[in-house]
Amino acid sequence: MMRAAIVEAVIEPAALIAEVSAETNGAISMFLGTVRSLNNERDVGGIEYSAYSQMAESEMSAILVEASSRFGIRHAVIEHRVGTLRVGDVSIAVVVAAPHRAPALDATRYIVDETKVRAPIWKLEHYTDGAREWVGAGATG
Amino acid sequence: MTITVRLFASYAEKLGATEMTLDLEEGSTVADALRQVASMPGGSHLPPSPLVAINLSYARPASALSRGDELAIIPPVAGG
Repeated sequence: MMRAAIVEAVIEPAALIAEVSAETNGAISMFLGTVRSLNNERDVGGIEYSAYSQMAESEMSAILVEASSRFGIRHAVIEHRVGTLRVGDVSIAVVVAAPHRAPALDATRYIVDETKVRAPIWKLEHYTDGAREWVGAGATG
Repeated sequence: MTITVRLFASYAEKLGATEMTLDLEEGSTVADALRQVASMPGGSHLPPSPLVAINLSYARPASALSRGDELAIIPPVAGG
């Protein structure tokens, strides 16, 4: 099974592990991205994530298909949360199961790395000094 | 022909809208649409060649537009 979703609810890692588990799989690899308290030496109070949800899910689904082709995996799920997240909250979870660890680990990294550069998702960081800033806004498209 | 333009994040803030309708000549490209958006209040804040998508797929300035298309102008992405 392969599933990609933009979600608003809190991400539940245990549920995602259960989703990809199968008797034929001897390895489960998980990546969790969490909101950290410091970014570029500024104290972060929280992050607002937003997305072009339909396209983000489409891109993430395409990335899963690519990972399947490259690494031979058949069980993977990715969820990216949107809305207002606090420090410590999980923003993204990628879970991959495979018979052996190498494909599971390699596919996990590929899915995370590709999602970060392709999925139309944005972060508005709120700092403890009251300022707010769009992450990456200084870059050009 | 009429298309829908979707804006997000910093671009939506600059233009004060998340969605708009554009009236374009038949055969117009993404570049033609971007020129029109750039001429609107706040539009000068858009970069010369932003990321764009047509109907949920990444596209290029030279990509042709058709009636009813959804053109998204995509700020630098920052997921994960």
